[in-house]
Amino acid sequence: MSRPGTLTVYRWELRKLRAQKRTYLGLGAAVLVPIVFSVAVAIQPGEPADVPFGRYINDTGLAFPLVTLLFGSIWFYPLIAALVSGDIVANEDNNGTLKTILTRSVERSQVFFGKVLAAFSYSILAIILTGVVATVAGIIVSGFNPIPTLSGTLETPERGLLLVAGSLAVYLMPILAISSFALLLSTVFRNSAAAVVGTLMFSLLLQLVVIIPGLDGLQPYLLSTQFNSWQGLLRTPADWDPIIRAAWVCAAYAIPSLAIALTVFLRRDVAGG
Amino acid sequence: MSEQPPVALRGLTKQYGHITAVDDVSLTVNEGDVFGYLGPNGAGKTTSLRMMLGLITPTAGEARVFGHDPQKSVDALADVAGFVEAPRFYPYLDGMTNLRLVAALDGNEAKTRIDEALDVVELTGRASDKVGGYSHGMRQRLGIAAALIRRPKLLLLDEPATGLDPGGMRDMRALIARLSAEGMTVMLSSHLLAEVEELCNRVAIVRSGRIVYEGELDELRATAGLTIRLRTSDDEVALRVLSDRRGISDVTRRGAAPIQFRAADEAAIGELSRALADSGALIFELAPSAATLEDLFFELTEGEGDAQAEEKRLDELSDLTGGEQ
Repeated sequence: MSRPGTLTVYRWELRKLRAQKRTYLGLGAAVLVPIVFSVAVAIQPGEPADVPFGRYINDTGLAFPLVTLLFGSIWFYPLIAALVSGDIVANEDNNGTLKTILTRSVERSQVFFGKVLAAFSYSILAIILTGVVATVAGIIVSGFNPIPTLSGTLETPERGLLLVAGSLAVYLMPILAISSFALLLSTVFRNSAAAVVGTLMFSLLLQLVVIIPGLDGLQPYLLSTQFNSWQGLLRTPADWDPIIRAAWVCAAYAIPSLAIALTVFLRRDVAGG
Repeated sequence: MSEQPPVALRGLTKQYGHITAVDDVSLTVNEGDVFGYLGPNGAGKTTSLRMMLGLITPTAGEARVFGHDPQKSVDALADVAGFVEAPRFYPYLDGMTNLRLVAALDGNEAKTRIDEALDVVELTGRASDKVGGYSHGMRQRLGIAAALIRRPKLLLLDEPATGLDPGGMRDMRALIARLSAEGMTVMLSSHLLAEVEELCNRVAIVRSGRIVYEGELDELRATAGLTIRLRTSDDEVALRVLSDRRGISDVTRRGAAPIQFRAADEAAIGELSRALADSGALIFELAPSAATLEDLFFELTEGEGDAQAEEKRLDELSDLTGGEQ
């Protein structure tokens, strides 16, 4: 008989997510926002020229997912990630179901890692969905045309598509760090609303820290900065420095968050429910 | 037969701040027992059960199930199932899916027992309904089904009849009796004395977190001695005969109710009946009145009469544990 473990928990966490409305709220927003943006571009003259790639949205549909990522990084994608990651542990407390699953044949650590995998899967799916929808909608509106890089060179549509996919992959690093922080709050606060709002406040605070005089030196190490690291791919040649920095900065946020959350989860008394 | 008892608690203690919810509890549940863990609300029954299931870490002492420590690994619970407080499930999933979920967390074999378990608790017809629409009684029954699919040797049930209507309580008791007859060891916490009296062969009575009695239910009754009820043609004369008589104690009379007293043995009753006849008090009724579990329970749990202190303790515990004790 195969022994249940993390993958069993993971499969059932996905099954539970499929049955909850909040899952579709986040995924629905991830799909709708790029569609609304594309419709707005299609019916209005002009372009958001003050953001990178904004001036190219009437030239190529490949600029759409990149502009969407830029607009969404302050609160939209962190909110989507937090909707599930901030709820996935606290929801068990709210339902009183933690005692139900912790008295079966899986260890607490396996339950925790199953939840982490499920939360990460959701965040990854949301970013993939938004990227695919924005790309398709953008191509419909502005065509599948070459895209200029930040260095001024022009990339073919095929290579541009690869760069968009790579940008989405790099963008996942800060998103997963945000998910990890939301998981920490979900585990510690045992309250979904507090975890979701707390994660959003954390994300917004990081954006604001750099406006404090004397703290601008922190910018390269803030999680918010890593949301722009994908732009390194859109240079010729590719600038890997911001991407490598994003990798370790995001890990520096995510790993301690998950480690603390795991410790709390393993040691806590399940006294409610 | 397993060498280790299904439940062995040794010096089990749980403190929340300065409040001691469970205080140095030691008890043993033997194989085949239907063991009643009896006490008023807030006495620490649920906290003890949570420690037995590894949900709460003891401050001191240890809880062992079949010799294993549930604090170290869920493997210790391989032969154990049950629930604490009301069983909880995912309200947005149907009953069948909830059972599939917990069965998946138990291993593949448990899945094959779902239909049988649903049948036992008579929920087959509602298995496809979302649990959010279940009544309290249906959730209790689903909790039993979730326990049964583990095919446990030890069933831990916390107030299993709470919230059930009289029919539901009867069915729950019948189910527990049947599972016990099939060889399952059952430990149930309860504050319902009739439930314990009907089902259990052994009990522990807990008060303010401490065990005040552990043993056979019959032995507990025996400790109360033989209480006798007496009605005569002249109770005033009878009371005089009873006073200071060897082997007779605790003589009481409340209003028009029969006189009650305790007799050391049957010889003392025989001598009393002769003395009553000699005194001219004709005996209308001289019958044993066995102490009920209720009498014994209140005797053991209300001894100090410090109700306000107990209430304060309960309030503080509730604050510290989020409503659970």
